[in-house]
Amino acid sequence: MIQVDFTIVKNNKLGNGFGLLILEAPEVELCALPGQFVQVYVPDSPKTFLRRPISICNIEDNKLWLLIRNAGHGTEHLLNMSCGSKLNVIIPLGRGFKIPSDFNSFRPLLAGGGVGVAPLLYYGIKLKELGCKPSFLLAAKTKSQLLLIDEFSKYGDVYISTDDGSCGEKGLITENSVLMSNAFNYVGCCGPMPMMKAIHNVANKLGVECEVSLENLMGCGIGACLCCVEDTKDSGNVCVCKEGPVFNIERLKW
Amino acid sequence: MVDLNVNIGGLHLKNPVLTASGTFGFGEEYSDLVDINALGGIIVKGTTLYERQGNPYPRMVETPSGMLNAVGLQNKGYDYFEQNIYPRIKDYDTNVIVNASGSCESDYVELCSKLDTLDKIPAIELNISCPNVKQGGMAFGTNSDSAHAIVKACREVYNKTLIVKLSPNVTSIVDIAKAVEDAGADAVSLTNTFLGMAINVETRKPYLSTITGGLSGPCIRPIAVRMVWQVSKGVNIPVIGLGGIMDGRDAVEFLLAGASAVEVGTANFVDPSVTIKIVKYIEEYLLRQGCSSVRELIGGMI
Repeated sequence: MIQVDFTIVKNNKLGNGFGLLILEAPEVELCALPGQFVQVYVPDSPKTFLRRPISICNIEDNKLWLLIRNAGHGTEHLLNMSCGSKLNVIIPLGRGFKIPSDFNSFRPLLAGGGVGVAPLLYYGIKLKELGCKPSFLLAAKTKSQLLLIDEFSKYGDVYISTDDGSCGEKGLITENSVLMSNAFNYVGCCGPMPMMKAIHNVANKLGVECEVSLENLMGCGIGACLCCVEDTKDSGNVCVCKEGPVFNIERLKW
Repeated sequence: MVDLNVNIGGLHLKNPVLTASGTFGFGEEYSDLVDINALGGIIVKGTTLYERQGNPYPRMVETPSGMLNAVGLQNKGYDYFEQNIYPRIKDYDTNVIVNASGSCESDYVELCSKLDTLDKIPAIELNISCPNVKQGGMAFGTNSDSAHAIVKACREVYNKTLIVKLSPNVTSIVDIAKAVEDAGADAVSLTNTFLGMAINVETRKPYLSTITGGLSGPCIRPIAVRMVWQVSKGVNIPVIGLGGIMDGRDAVEFLLAGASAVEVGTANFVDPSVTIKIVKYIEEYLLRQGCSSVRELIGGMI
């Protein structure tokens, strides 16, 4: 874990209140596991106080990608920052998605929606590097709200669900036929809470291993303040920032 | 070189900067980012005799220039601390102080007597001011008689430096401070968090599972400074000041108001290395002001 001043080198507006910030800190070698996150200080922002936890979307050419949704003053401020601005970041934090010991038998489906697709890209990239072929199931209300589809397509098969049928299959993510294809033995999910709970139910029915990435409200992000707790079957209240954000659904009291 | 040493009721600090309980874990969480040995001390997470699960989620919400929390003293209890955590943190080259809490007098006393046996814990901060537990906690610290009684009982079994952390949620914090001084406290620390609440107007629900919680951050600082000033004039034991310290300037403000040392809490979440920066700032401030010792600042408001 390090605390680093990054420089924003790109701020790509993706529409619908989404943006992709690409950050650089040449003096440090960036290293993170898929599913881990960072804590970003929002500078010159009197309406915010605490850092903002953001998933690691990718680390490419030693640059950090942060996919951000405008969810309030802090994220809005970040999305409006210009290239060349500095951002103080604590990286990496938390525990990420499963890294399988046997890649040949690991058939992962990475399912997500909204800004929740962010950690799935980095996870997919890392799985591909390790010799495993990921598939992605991505969902949005409508085609224009699908994020980073071109990037996902580079690393695996992409299946899409939209509420209005403007791209891929029409309907909810849990109604996508790929989920019933029996081609997968693992589902990694990140998205809005109702989506993750629905995926959790499907995985339970199918008897498929499933991990979800939670986004409980955090104070410190490093396991000190005990604010972001999730109640688990095995250990009671545990910090999402330290024991998660990724949890096997077996541990959760959902 | 300026002299940063201070003495808090028999406890020597190499500088007056401590981390506040509940904001710095057991130190080790932050060890990648902060040289813990460069601090005057760390006050570790509130510990109770028995394990506590704390309050249900959600436990925090950001508020203007601060945050509300309702953690509720989640901790694994004394035995776990002694067996698993103490061995890992006892050899820091700084003061490791345990924040001790309970839900009844006998629990406080038993906890204090056990902590007294730990060689590398030179002091405890008796927490009679937690606003987030139903029984005990703040209930002991909002009445002079009950505060006096609990401190007296703990004093009888605790032989090292006994700091008592005071609640600001009282009519007269000076009266409480005098009561705990009379009961044998070596020092007082103030303030704990201010009772507050916030409501999500869209859902009409409170943000915290407990409805009310403890407010911290720079929004409370002027009230905390005022209370430190009042208490330091009302008692003869050292005062440790805390409440919304975000940088070195804020720390010096508490010293000038009458604090002999400071605790930094919520600011650790915003900048984990803030405590080290505060120590440096105090050094530079002393040089700039032509002072040779930080002790010249204590109560130094003109």
